[in-house]
Amino acid sequence: MNDTLAGILQIVAMVGLLALVYKPLGDYMARIFTTTKHWRVEKALYKLIRVDPDAEQRWTTYATGVLGFSFVGVVLLYLLQRLQAFLPMAFGHGAVTPSVAFNTAISFVTNTNWQSYVPESTLGNTVQMAGLTVQNVVSATVGIAVAIALIRGFVRSSTDRLGNFWVDLTRGVIRLMLPISFVAAIVLIATGVVMSFHSGVTITGVDGMQHTLPLAPAGSQESIKELGTNGGGIFNANSAHPFENPNALSNFIEIFLELVIPVCLTRTFGTMVRSTRQGTVLAAVMGVIWTAFIAVAWFSEAHPNGPAAQAAGAALEGKEVRFGIPSSILFGVSTTGTSTGAVNSLHDSYTGGAGGITILNMLLGEVAPGGTGTGLYGILVIAIIGVFLAGLMVGRTPEYLGKKLGRVQVTAASISILTMPALVLIGAGLAIALPSTLGALGNSGEHGFSEVLYAYASAANNNGSAFGGLTVTSDFFQVTLGLAMLFGRFVPILAVLALAGSLAKQKRVEAGAGTLPTDGTMFGVLVGGTLILVAALTFFPALALGPIAEALS
Amino acid sequence: MLTMLWRQTATGLRVLVALTVLCGIVYPLVVFGVAQLPGLSGPAGGSIIHAANGTAVGSSLIGVDPVPADPAADPYFHTRPSASSSGPLGPTDTTTSGGSNKSGFNQDLLDTVNQRRELIAKREGVNPALVPPDAVTASASGLDPDISPAYAALQVARVARVTGLSEDTVRGLVAQSSSGRVLGFLGEPTVNVTTLNLAVQEARH
Repeated sequence: MNDTLAGILQIVAMVGLLALVYKPLGDYMARIFTTTKHWRVEKALYKLIRVDPDAEQRWTTYATGVLGFSFVGVVLLYLLQRLQAFLPMAFGHGAVTPSVAFNTAISFVTNTNWQSYVPESTLGNTVQMAGLTVQNVVSATVGIAVAIALIRGFVRSSTDRLGNFWVDLTRGVIRLMLPISFVAAIVLIATGVVMSFHSGVTITGVDGMQHTLPLAPAGSQESIKELGTNGGGIFNANSAHPFENPNALSNFIEIFLELVIPVCLTRTFGTMVRSTRQGTVLAAVMGVIWTAFIAVAWFSEAHPNGPAAQAAGAALEGKEVRFGIPSSILFGVSTTGTSTGAVNSLHDSYTGGAGGITILNMLLGEVAPGGTGTGLYGILVIAIIGVFLAGLMVGRTPEYLGKKLGRVQVTAASISILTMPALVLIGAGLAIALPSTLGALGNSGEHGFSEVLYAYASAANNNGSAFGGLTVTSDFFQVTLGLAMLFGRFVPILAVLALAGSLAKQKRVEAGAGTLPTDGTMFGVLVGGTLILVAALTFFPALALGPIAEALS
Repeated sequence: MLTMLWRQTATGLRVLVALTVLCGIVYPLVVFGVAQLPGLSGPAGGSIIHAANGTAVGSSLIGVDPVPADPAADPYFHTRPSASSSGPLGPTDTTTSGGSNKSGFNQDLLDTVNQRRELIAKREGVNPALVPPDAVTASASGLDPDISPAYAALQVARVARVTGLSEDTVRGLVAQSSSGRVLGFLGEPTVNVTTLNLAVQEARH
């Protein structure tokens, strides 16, 4: 089969598979968070943790729940790493250094999974499972809970209650994350992903030389790594490592897992607001951006302009033969469009065009289709800004889904979308002003600047992938990137929950003749346009200095 | 406000402990248990290939570049270069994984690519222009078990000459270690170097 045709078929198959599960999974998720019935195992758990599952919370209580839970998550993960020497199955790995442990703890609790360490030589099985796997599950579920709280803000009226965070968290873990992860883990193991508690296996090659191949309990972590849009590899090479991603089929499954929850959450939204078209519009915006970005990145990789890539004959540096260009690009665009950050090829070795697309994908705020929950509330915030802009044009108080968008709502939405650009531009600006940064770059010139821009875009958007040539072991990078992850995660969450609280308090207004319809193509164009406008105005100068300059040289 | 924060954090700690047991211990152990079933235990253990006498001779998923005793009489098919190798073409360090992270504009990478092209052309006795892209670029993992059909074809003549097997026999072995796209359209056609070298070794005896 022709190479191009095979690549296109792969994209079509992915869209087809997502379309197939869109309705059932979206509606199932809506049921999870609306039903009043508790499962027996959940009731037992609520008793154990002393939570009344039928008591609903104000937005402030909900928010302190998110913050408190994340805080203890950071502390526990930090301690597990620092005390690794005393834990079982550490394989001789000692305590992780304080700055790496701090950065990693924040990284996994914020669903970023940025990794500044080599897992094979740093972490044993206990930290991987009891620490990292746990945060893979719960940090993803926290994102979904926040998105659900925002939907409730639209659905409910004249109430100050948004639901119960502990119930949303528990149900998300027990009814959604663990069952799908379990099935996906078994499927991935069948394709070749390892699942072993041994530290490694020794082989004797055809040349008589002995080598040790590190093993790990990868299967259980690989599935949730993708499903929860986490992205932290159990091996250094992440999803490029054959033990994490052995062939093109496992690759396809992993990409599907990254996309499935964020895409289907738009259906959950539509179902909960009782107009599924409201959700399909958002899914369409996500789909158009995802497809367009794949096309640009693929074209750029197929026509490399760098002398080294031209000397090699193709842009295969940092790519695996079993994936080639189309399967690498499909993964790269999906991992940066969600907040996953897993990689099956090295983004630092991408051409200017493809590398620029991965950066831009994050700088859009990761909404194509975004992380688990974060993607949905991210695009809803953009939709609110879009409705507000349209309202300004016609000079009337805008409303969205029967809720008026006044000063409070627009302020909260603005805080939510402006946090990330501020963190990226200030962080990258500071880093580039430091003379020591020059020594940390893996590549010089425009590409070196892109490495720094990528790092802060990745941290502030909780993505976690990297232009890996940048050496980030200095305390400056560890601390500033850690703070970017922290603020990039929790400031928008607080703003979104405040927004949800203010929406729930309002009475519903009936749609009138002047109400902007928010379930058609026109609205999709408005949301997409707002998205591009905000990102372009904020980031064009930075992008011009890095990837755009490289693509045009 | 502070009491609420304190109370919610205390609840958070209880929830975290409960979910750590569930997601961090029960979940991986159940997956591990199921992975011991026949059909799954092989891949779960690393897809290790065993010789007749039971020794582990490789993993079908991990590419380890073989080092010939005499470079002038090199009987092996070679993997792609690995960025973590000490030399431009090897040997492979299996204890770590990763790539070069070098961009297409990187001067070091340009030099390395040119150097690899010369070395491979000399080893195979061919025109440097015939060396395919995957042969001169490092993979993302550094452990890529596969090469392109073009790079395998390039090595057939030398392997046949050194091993004394006919070129047709060696080509047949390459075909046995080759895979097309999964389901006809996923990924790329590949030749597995690990299984290919084992097959060549067996054919010699």
